[in-house]
Amino acid sequence: MVDDKVSPASTAKTEKPAVLNLAKLRFEWRLYVVYFAFGVIFLTFAVTQAGNGFLTVTNLLNIVSETANISVAAVAVAFVIGAAEIDLSVGAVAGLASVTAALAVDHWGLALGVACGLGTGLLIGLVNGALVTRVGIPSFLVTLGMMGVASGIGMWITSAAPVPIQNDLFNGLFGSGFLGPVPSLVIWTAIALIVGHITLRRTSYGRRILATGGNEIAARFSGINTRNVKYAALAVSGLVAGLSGLLYAGRYESGRYQWGTGDELSVIAAVIIGGASLFGGQSSVVGAVVGALLLTLITNGLILMGLDISQVQVARGALIILAVALAKRRLTA
Amino acid sequence: MTVAVAMTDITKRFVSVPVLKRTSFELRAGEIHALLGGNGAGKSTLMKILTGVYAPDGGQIEIYGLPVHFRSARDAKAAGIAMIFQELSLVPTLSVAQNICLNRELHTRFGLIDEAACTGIAAETLQQMEVDIDPRQSVASLSTSQRQLVEIAKALSQGARIVIMDEPTASLASNEVDVLFSLCRRLKDRGIAIVYVSHRMEEVFEISDRLTVIRDGVNVLTTETEKATLDEVVAHIVGQRAKNEFAWHSRAVDRTLEPMVSVSHLTTDRLSDVSFDVFPGEVLGVAGLMGSGRTRLLRTLFGMEKVRGGSIRIAGRSAIFARPDQAIEQHVALVPEDRRSQGLILQHGIRDNIILPLLKKLSRWTFVEDREGSKLVRRLSEDLNIVSDSTYKPVGLLSGGNQQKVVIAKWLGAGANILLLDEPTAGVDVSVKTQILSMIRDLADQGKSVIVVSSELPELLAVSDRILVMREGRVHRVLERPEIGRTDQAAGESAFAGDEESLHRALQAV
Repeated sequence: MVDDKVSPASTAKTEKPAVLNLAKLRFEWRLYVVYFAFGVIFLTFAVTQAGNGFLTVTNLLNIVSETANISVAAVAVAFVIGAAEIDLSVGAVAGLASVTAALAVDHWGLALGVACGLGTGLLIGLVNGALVTRVGIPSFLVTLGMMGVASGIGMWITSAAPVPIQNDLFNGLFGSGFLGPVPSLVIWTAIALIVGHITLRRTSYGRRILATGGNEIAARFSGINTRNVKYAALAVSGLVAGLSGLLYAGRYESGRYQWGTGDELSVIAAVIIGGASLFGGQSSVVGAVVGALLLTLITNGLILMGLDISQVQVARGALIILAVALAKRRLTA
Repeated sequence: MTVAVAMTDITKRFVSVPVLKRTSFELRAGEIHALLGGNGAGKSTLMKILTGVYAPDGGQIEIYGLPVHFRSARDAKAAGIAMIFQELSLVPTLSVAQNICLNRELHTRFGLIDEAACTGIAAETLQQMEVDIDPRQSVASLSTSQRQLVEIAKALSQGARIVIMDEPTASLASNEVDVLFSLCRRLKDRGIAIVYVSHRMEEVFEISDRLTVIRDGVNVLTTETEKATLDEVVAHIVGQRAKNEFAWHSRAVDRTLEPMVSVSHLTTDRLSDVSFDVFPGEVLGVAGLMGSGRTRLLRTLFGMEKVRGGSIRIAGRSAIFARPDQAIEQHVALVPEDRRSQGLILQHGIRDNIILPLLKKLSRWTFVEDREGSKLVRRLSEDLNIVSDSTYKPVGLLSGGNQQKVVIAKWLGAGANILLLDEPTAGVDVSVKTQILSMIRDLADQGKSVIVVSSELPELLAVSDRILVMREGRVHRVLERPEIGRTDQAAGESAFAGDEESLHRALQAV
């Protein structure tokens, strides 16, 4: 490594930003584990499963499309976890948003349908944020409760029945459509990834998120309004869960309260595999999305290998644990 | 006198860096032995070897004449060695007795925990220590100093004969220090050997019988405390004779200018009627007991406490802030007392910590200008001599002194004109202390106003143009520089006798 040549007694120097920053890599190994894991597993499947069509463009785009809901939500939850909070309600909110969007699309058209879906998510996010930062209830409990509230409302207003969506533009935009050769779900993933990554790494809001999660008191002493930072993270998480709901509605051409059930666990797993610390202060949007893709990749590859879905689940769980164990690095003085 | 611990020719290297080089250390039964040394000198490694946390690469350890080879902290504990940690290791939700008996509970005939017996043991131990704590109380309801006493009780009830105290007074008020010291003396009389690790010279001279200085992994001095002088000890710690580091360097403060900070009749929930002025280029020291309102005063100036009455003016304009970011905007900076929990984000790198208060300034259209930030960080690291191999290194991995420099750099970078420093030298070694003191002098010479809160009177005396003595939220006295220099006044203030006495001693020491 380049900077090993520098004597440790020299005054702190600033490295030039590089594509892969070696100095950073040394201290933030956990942020990069996910890429190694992804690379190794991808290559394994590429070599062994090439004959089963693993490497075809269709299959690879499928993996990305398939993961869109998790990827998009993981981008927002990367901020929430970075700020040392948690959002367990993303899956249930996506389900409810798919329902409100479906109802609105059929009554009032595309624009209001989208607005209703996103609005539902944002509203719930704002309530979550208010309860956590203004009332002072831990986000784990608030969002756990909200999970039940959201999916209950979704079930109630639809009497547990799916709400079909006939609007082809909506379904294309959020589901089966293409932009040139690229599926719309892949585009949504890319948008979330780029916006999220730049926000977390390059804007002062991103720094405030990580500072708040890293040490809330120190952040406050530095003049950061940590309550507002957390409030915003939870509100945006709700909004993005709403977007995930639109993607479900578009993909399945219907709104249903069950869409997204259990997503919260995959999302959190993706964020943590992606290099975030559950205690806040460290997080990566790119890592979270790659983590989400990794989960689907494993499922996809193992199924191509002929494994049963039950066996796939076992392998997936074990790999999650392994990835997190690899990333674990203790601070030593 | 019986030798309790004899460590001979201990060597220890980490990877290839030698930390201890044939170091020897002797501790006698019934003595309080101060262990001194700069950060990274090897004293904590030595103690970790004694407590079985690390295995030495070479050398012998004898406990009461018997050679031992500890393979774990458990072995050391079984040999009667106990360490009282800075961060206490009690479970706050359990009672005092439950903590004292933790993991070696007594059981009734039916295999259930015998609470009464545990409480009995705890009560007996506390009584022997002559400490008034109810064993049924929960630890959460105790003060820091009481928790420390419980920690010691826990060690004693487990049969500890050798007790290592690591910076035991770091978070104690001075009357609590007295309680701890009288306990130490009683333990000593019972034949218990105490290793006292501390950076506070005054305490070392007060409590210890002998002292040992470790520097660069070698025992450079072991002597009877009575025969040592402060200068000699500091010189051994620093390695070269530190000349006049704690001496007052006089500077000219122009009191005809408009004051930089002007506080009058300031009243909050915890402060009443506090008034003072600080001029450009002036250092105001704030002395007082813990809980006297010193820290509250700084927090109030920084917009973290609600002002009930009175006024604060900065450069003539009213400056009562509702939030810290407003204070930062007016170039006020607060370096908090506990840098690890309040000043830094430990897992983030040096540069991210330094640019934190600057995010607004360094951002264009909310995008952080990293290149500007890096330039600034490089300049500050050089100015303050922050030693690290990379600015991405998490600050949690730096030494205490370097951490403190990062906190100060953070605020200098933010362009602060008014620096509020709360215990800036707590927990750093003597050589870094002197660096921080000269940094404070430099800041004043640059025309900045500095308000320093410190429990270490020699340091206050070394840098302050004036010293505000606080008591119960009020300004008890203001010592002006000519008055600070005199050593013969102010004996008659009985209400403040304890602190006055130490101030007096400190005045004579300088």
